[in-house]
Amino acid sequence: MSIVSVTHLEAGYEDTPVLRDVSMTAEEGAITAVLGTSGCGKSTLLKNIIRLNDAWSGSVRMFDEEVMVMDEPEFNQLLKRVGVLFQNGALLNSITIAENVAIPLEQHTRLPAPVRDHLIRIKLALVELEEAIDKLPSELSGGMRKRAALARAMALDPDLLFCDEPSAGLDPVTAAGLDNLICRLRDQLGMSVIVITHHVPSIIRTADKIVYLSDGGVLFSGTVKEARSSGIEQIERFFREGVKDY
Amino acid sequence: MRRVSHPVCRFADSTVSVDAPLTKDTVPGIYAEIDGHRSVWEDTALTLDLSAVTRIDSAGVALIETLRSRVNERGGSLTITGGSKDVLALIETFTVTRDGKRQPRPKRRFFEGMGEQLYTFWQHLGAFFILVADTAFYSVQGMFTRSGMRKGEFTKQCIFIGMNALPIVGLISFLIGFILALQSAAQLRQFGASIYVADLVAISMTREMGPIMTAIALAGRSGSAFASEIANMVVTEETDALKTMGLNPIQYIVVPKMYAITVTTPMLTILSMLIGIFGSLVIGVTYLDLSVGPFMDQVANALILRDVIIGLAKSVIFAWIIITVGAYFGFTVSGGAEGVGRATTASVVTSIFMVILADSILGLIFYFGGGAF
Repeated sequence: MSIVSVTHLEAGYEDTPVLRDVSMTAEEGAITAVLGTSGCGKSTLLKNIIRLNDAWSGSVRMFDEEVMVMDEPEFNQLLKRVGVLFQNGALLNSITIAENVAIPLEQHTRLPAPVRDHLIRIKLALVELEEAIDKLPSELSGGMRKRAALARAMALDPDLLFCDEPSAGLDPVTAAGLDNLICRLRDQLGMSVIVITHHVPSIIRTADKIVYLSDGGVLFSGTVKEARSSGIEQIERFFREGVKDY
Repeated sequence: MRRVSHPVCRFADSTVSVDAPLTKDTVPGIYAEIDGHRSVWEDTALTLDLSAVTRIDSAGVALIETLRSRVNERGGSLTITGGSKDVLALIETFTVTRDGKRQPRPKRRFFEGMGEQLYTFWQHLGAFFILVADTAFYSVQGMFTRSGMRKGEFTKQCIFIGMNALPIVGLISFLIGFILALQSAAQLRQFGASIYVADLVAISMTREMGPIMTAIALAGRSGSAFASEIANMVVTEETDALKTMGLNPIQYIVVPKMYAITVTTPMLTILSMLIGIFGSLVIGVTYLDLSVGPFMDQVANALILRDVIIGLAKSVIFAWIIITVGAYFGFTVSGGAEGVGRATTASVVTSIFMVILADSILGLIFYFGGGAF
């Protein structure tokens, strides 16, 4: 069953189209990787799915509901089931890491304070940031901020997790650990994950399905194995170049 | 979403059996139930039976960790029994905490705190004077060589600091002159000395109010802009990028602003003096029935060149204070977006304070210096 379904989506910025005709699906309980070269519209697609940008036309269905016609309160209810890891973390700089992770927990649950504190520690320990619990985002490195943001994104054990470039800025060991964590979340919590990335080792390790964007449309959709033997030069080259350092 | 409102825990001896899913929706109710059962907390060896738990999420694991932590505090231990393979696997995934307690921050005593603040102030003062020295050095050097500075930046800054500030400086000065004349007229008229309003306003606008009101307007307008611009550049590592390209950030960013503010502030101050006197003329003509000619004659007789020079000298010193304070708080920013806000506020407050302090000191020097100035 599809947890996200995008049909004939057209979107862009002001008069410049970025996505011309994108149709794709992400299956429930699976990791779907949206990939493509820089500037192909991966992040734009994510922003349009979660309505940070208004799409020009087309349809976006999430949890079998059309999100483009939802009013604000309805969509906010839906967002309780969604976690988003932004490309640069997007942590609130004026509060500590623990307070950042606490935001969705305070907003959407009635957990008692001691349980909430333990939950925050659990989430931060999962991303190996327990020691940084009382630190401000500005006191952390870029990779640590990214991991803290992931802890915040999965604070509520969302049914659907969006990750925009999760491996960017991370060392290979941490990146592999993060991939492993995303796989465990899928396997044990049944979490569906949509990963925006062009990090080929991560894609090979985690993705159940890939959607390759090119020229504002979907060039390929299928498994990694199918992609690598698709006969499409652009995709085969993408994987060939990407695994050179793997 | 399912929320538990009826009892789902069974208590027998030192065993708690949970008969519901352990998820973020059920945990608040289950926690309240266990918390209210006092006998649980009297046992040192507590057993949590999860045989009937079909589903668990991270909030459920956090509940177990909370119970474990409370039992451990009393020197006891928590044992988990039952639980399906999936439930236990998930507990294992999320149970990664080493110690349930945060390290308390060391408490600082009164004198330690005071000493630290004094030391920090001393460090800031030292760093400020180093910045002032660097700015002075590169400003003098920049007169002989233009390398390390962006072309057109001086003109751009002159327009921003000088021309764009004309309306606000003009309006403030007019109102100050207007109010000064109004307030003094009420007193002087009693003695038939209304004409001396011209003397009073002319001298005070030239020596004091003109320079200081211009400086305050610039501190709020341009000083805050300098601080936030530089702080943003520091936060986004633009200044580091300049360094890697062999450019000195003070030379590249601060010096053009320094030239621009040094040139434009005296001009703005002269304008402020003239508009302030014009504001008092409006009161003189409309309220005190004075003619324009005698009023302006009185102004000309009251003012001497020394007053104008003192006012302009002050304005240049104030301008240097505004630029160096703004640059200092910009370069010493820490803490991302919030830090930029703090730096901007601190820059404006400190600039205004230092301008008034400098004005007081200069006032004393010019007063007691007598004929020398």
